[in-house]
Amino acid sequence: MSQLSVKHLIGIKHINEADINLIFETADHFKEVINRPIKKVPSLRDITIANLFFENSTRTKLSFELAEKRLSADIINFSASQSSVKKGETLIDTANNILSMKVDLIVMRHPNVGACDFLSKHVNARIVNAGDGTHEHPTQALLDSYSIREKLGSVTGKKVVIVGDILHSRVALSNIYALKLQGAEVKVCGPKTLIPKYIESLGVGVEYDIKKALEWCDVANVLRVQNERMAINYFPSTREYAQLFGINKPLLDSLSKKIVIMHPGPINRGVEITSEVANSDQSIILNQVENGVAVRMAVIYLLAEQIQR
Amino acid sequence: MFGTTMSKKTLLNSKEIDIILHRLACQLIENHHNFENTVLIGIQPRGTFLAERLVAILENDYNIPKIEFGQLDITFYRDDFRRREAPLGANKTTINFIVEDKNVVFIDDVLFSGRSIRAALTAIQSFGRPADIELLVLIDRRFSRHLPIQPDYRGRQVDVINQERVTVNWKDKDGEDTVYIINN
Repeated sequence: MSQLSVKHLIGIKHINEADINLIFETADHFKEVINRPIKKVPSLRDITIANLFFENSTRTKLSFELAEKRLSADIINFSASQSSVKKGETLIDTANNILSMKVDLIVMRHPNVGACDFLSKHVNARIVNAGDGTHEHPTQALLDSYSIREKLGSVTGKKVVIVGDILHSRVALSNIYALKLQGAEVKVCGPKTLIPKYIESLGVGVEYDIKKALEWCDVANVLRVQNERMAINYFPSTREYAQLFGINKPLLDSLSKKIVIMHPGPINRGVEITSEVANSDQSIILNQVENGVAVRMAVIYLLAEQIQR
Repeated sequence: MFGTTMSKKTLLNSKEIDIILHRLACQLIENHHNFENTVLIGIQPRGTFLAERLVAILENDYNIPKIEFGQLDITFYRDDFRRREAPLGANKTTINFIVEDKNVVFIDDVLFSGRSIRAALTAIQSFGRPADIELLVLIDRRFSRHLPIQPDYRGRQVDVINQERVTVNWKDKDGEDTVYIINN
């Protein structure tokens, strides 16, 4: 049995294909565990985990918390809105104060790019990135790939299009790294203003026509339009976005094959995706949520395994 | 000074294993009759081969119609997490039934320290509260227990010193039925 090649999960950029396979194999076992009558194993009973959320999150925070509890870890939660960060405390001070309480692993979400990397160099604990600004969101990419693998048998050779706000999306970047590592073909699709310049240098194609993009792909991963990260208007109106890039049932039915629809949540129903599509049998959005717990259990378990006693 | 002298001694050959498997099957029938309320659980990874063989013998040679049989992996319940040099990989757990009020028989190939069985006792609780639990092992290593755990059914009891390893090979998996004592 192998180990992860990294001490922290900062980004998919820093891990390799063997790491992904190890995480998925371990997640398979945890998926079986969380479907038992008693959904809990005692592995991490002597590990303490701090969840530091400097930015709002519902799904990811719940998913991490559940994963940690299913592994029997002790957990403490921290959200920036109710803390001394408001009083001007620095990131390292906050983290060191929490570490003085003998924490072994930190799960952190932060609005600034590179915050997790920075923290991993300054504090003595394992770090899991739960999203750093517009940079990476590695566990989301892992659970997305895991869900594709579960639905289609494998990620290798599959065609995946990521639709929407690529510019502000950490999910897009982590997904591109993860999919390319596993040998998938990737295209991005969205308004020109929301596609970063030079994105082709990551080995992905760009398509501005949603119909052509969907016709090409096996899987469409549809992202949310992140209005909160937009200081200026990147497109004229939500209505126009929905008309040009929104995915609806007639559009899906006009394709020559049945594609798989994914969404990392939260959904703006009627904008990037209609309710009919989100609730259809082609959508695996709720499978993604369930798989998220199993994948996060695997990541935490494999990192905790390396912690010296 | 001594060089590398690895010795390998055959403890049981395939004929002897066959006799023992039939005896163990008969002992199970004595206590569990038609296995109406009994489930057999092979402990992963190596106990499952023994469990499969016993189920085949019970079904084919003794006409027990339908035996409930599962595989239990104990990796996440072990007491040596973060204490081993190399991490352990998990195996598949397949228990498609609830063990509530059932008579459970754990099946493993070699009983050594008893720690795997301790982990299995915790793990099985995730599937309900059994009426009782028994333990069947092919090889019982005497004087090596770390915990107060003893088998209810044993194939062969052996005295082996701690440096020695007992390896059970199975026809379906390893090409032959043999039990070796290996001294590294």
